[in-house]
Amino acid sequence: MTLSKTEKPLTVTEDGGYLPGTHPDLPPPASVHGPVHWIQYNLFGSVTNTALTLLTIYFLYTVIPQLVDWIYLDAAFEGESRKDCRAVANGACWAFIGNRLSLFIYGFYPEAERWRVDLTFVLLILALVPVLYDGTPQRGKALIYSCLYPLIAAFFLVGGFGLERVPTDQFGGLMLNIIIGVTGIAFSLPIGILLALGRQSHLPIVRILCVSFIEFIRGVPLITLFFVAAVMLSYFVPPGTNFDLLVRILIMGTLFASGYMAEVIRGGLQAIPKGQYEAADAMGLKYWQSMRKVILPQALKISIPGIVNTFIGLYKDTTLVIVIGRLDILGIGNSSLADSKWQGLSTEVYVFVAIFFFISCFSMSRYSLWLEKKLHTGH
Amino acid sequence: MAETENLNETSAQIKSSKGEEDIIQIVGMHKWYGEFHVLKDINLSVKAKERIVVCGPSGSGKSTMIRCINRLEEHQQGQIVVNGIELTNDLKRIEETRREVGMVFQHFNLFPHLTVLENCTLGPIWVRHTPKKEAEESAMEYLERVKIPEQALKFPGQLSGGQQQRVAIARSLCMNPKIMLFDEPTSALDPEMIKEVLDVMIELAETGMTMIVVTHEMGFAKTVADRVIFMDEGEIIEQNDPHEFFDNAQHERTQLFLSQILAH
Ligand SMILES: Nc1ncnc2c1ncn2[C@@H]1O[C@H](COP(=O)(O)OP(=O)(O)OP(=O)(O)O)[C@@H](O)[C@H]1O
Ligand SMILES: [Mg+2]
Repeated sequence: MTLSKTEKPLTVTEDGGYLPGTHPDLPPPASVHGPVHWIQYNLFGSVTNTALTLLTIYFLYTVIPQLVDWIYLDAAFEGESRKDCRAVANGACWAFIGNRLSLFIYGFYPEAERWRVDLTFVLLILALVPVLYDGTPQRGKALIYSCLYPLIAAFFLVGGFGLERVPTDQFGGLMLNIIIGVTGIAFSLPIGILLALGRQSHLPIVRILCVSFIEFIRGVPLITLFFVAAVMLSYFVPPGTNFDLLVRILIMGTLFASGYMAEVIRGGLQAIPKGQYEAADAMGLKYWQSMRKVILPQALKISIPGIVNTFIGLYKDTTLVIVIGRLDILGIGNSSLADSKWQGLSTEVYVFVAIFFFISCFSMSRYSLWLEKKLHTGH
Repeated sequence: MAETENLNETSAQIKSSKGEEDIIQIVGMHKWYGEFHVLKDINLSVKAKERIVVCGPSGSGKSTMIRCINRLEEHQQGQIVVNGIELTNDLKRIEETRREVGMVFQHFNLFPHLTVLENCTLGPIWVRHTPKKEAEESAMEYLERVKIPEQALKFPGQLSGGQQQRVAIARSLCMNPKIMLFDEPTSALDPEMIKEVLDVMIELAETGMTMIVVTHEMGFAKTVADRVIFMDEGEIIEQNDPHEFFDNAQHERTQLFLSQILAH
């Protein structure tokens, strides 16, 4: 770039190259960039590629217009029954969902108290911020709030201490999915970590306990555990004590996810080279210090895809509470279908439930990708 | 019976030689991996500020021996006393010893998720309870001593092998150890990087650090070592000052080893 005309003859050889040791830094050639090149190269690079591209375009061309029609263009958003919907449009009858929206969200939570659910949800978002984003101002203090959040949430949702008590069997709909999902997610990670570390312990008793627990959990379907929660656990608690069914479900969901979590994290722990443990030991760090500062940050980072996988699995499995008679969002949807005014609208219900789960799970998956990228330190 | 007598004798030896400035004392130490007898009757005392080079063929137990000194490996028989503390299963003693003994590994073993500076301050902050700011200042001093202060905020994965090993040395020094152990610190490095690491080690030797270095860098041994130890098949075959060792090796196996290693 800085070569002037007078210098050129000194450094340029006869065939246009540079003399050894005089090659300047040049910009990369322009032709390998740009959208046209990208399309040519990636979509029409070979015969198979071209065929696939054309097929995909044809498929999208036939499906998308119909889908958009059904979901939006030809859909009815208002009405008091299925007849009303059909009178104005042939597509989806979203009026049904709109009509029942509060049932979908709050289940049978008393209408006058629903502000408590909303508040709890807003507080949940606030509690999540410092956990998920390490740039939060005053993160240390904010995390204390996050740790206290489960108690705060329990207080607002269940009541007592001046607030009207709401029995947990009135919880339902989306709020039930979120309660079970978030509890499971929040507690399964630490329990899973402890189980994974316990499985590697030098103490045989700790190891055997952890292994048995993990293998038991993994060998039993979640539905079974929910049944156990509903029926059997009451044998284990002293008669007369009222051990709330929702709490039992929360415990079972959490333990179930913890078992899987432990295995995911064990995979991460095994990927950490022995030298890392040795360097931490040689430095004089105590066991818990070296776990917290050296081993777990690396192991958890490697395990992020598996951890989020477990989270998503648990979140979707919350719909299983239906088997013990609690109505989550899917359960509410199912039972709404029985209403004769709205018969035959199952597609709308399932699409709505699917969209709700898709949004939640897709956000988790995007967050994990973002986190992985952020934690990448170039090794 | 004979064995217990032996043990009594050795502990008597240790007591008698206390007071003198032996910072490491290994007496009649044996180690097994399962049935395999890796270290056989190791006896070694190291004075403060002494610099010792350990060499020997691959698999002779050099690494295992120095790893016993900070209890990364457990010995099954005999005694190891480091800085006045006998190493046993007692975690307190092990931690106390490790605080005073730094170790540099063949493969650096830096913590990849922490920056160079954080690697260096981790030990001081958590083990020595040094305030963060103070730890960082002293870490920067050590990074300057190993000539890479400008890399402080990078992650280990962004450095060359030689730079990583110098960070590893600085990281150990930040703990302000009395003894430094090096296990083949240059053998994972490309030739052009070996020198930069050896230079740092030579400077460290000049400050009077007690060092035990497992290495095959015979030039380093000649310039720096007070004593060279030759190991083979789990035994210390021969130990001598570098001149005697290289010019006048006593044992046949030492001569064979030296001829092989000096051949290229
Ligand atoms: N964890 C272990 N379990 C069983 N055997 C081991 C273990 N670690 C080392 N050994 C064996 O002990 C012997 C001594 O190993 P050590 O690593 O101390 O040798 P070294 O002298 O450092 O060799 P090198 O020059 O290759 O590093 C070797 O034969 C090795 O195979
Ligand atoms: Mg070795």
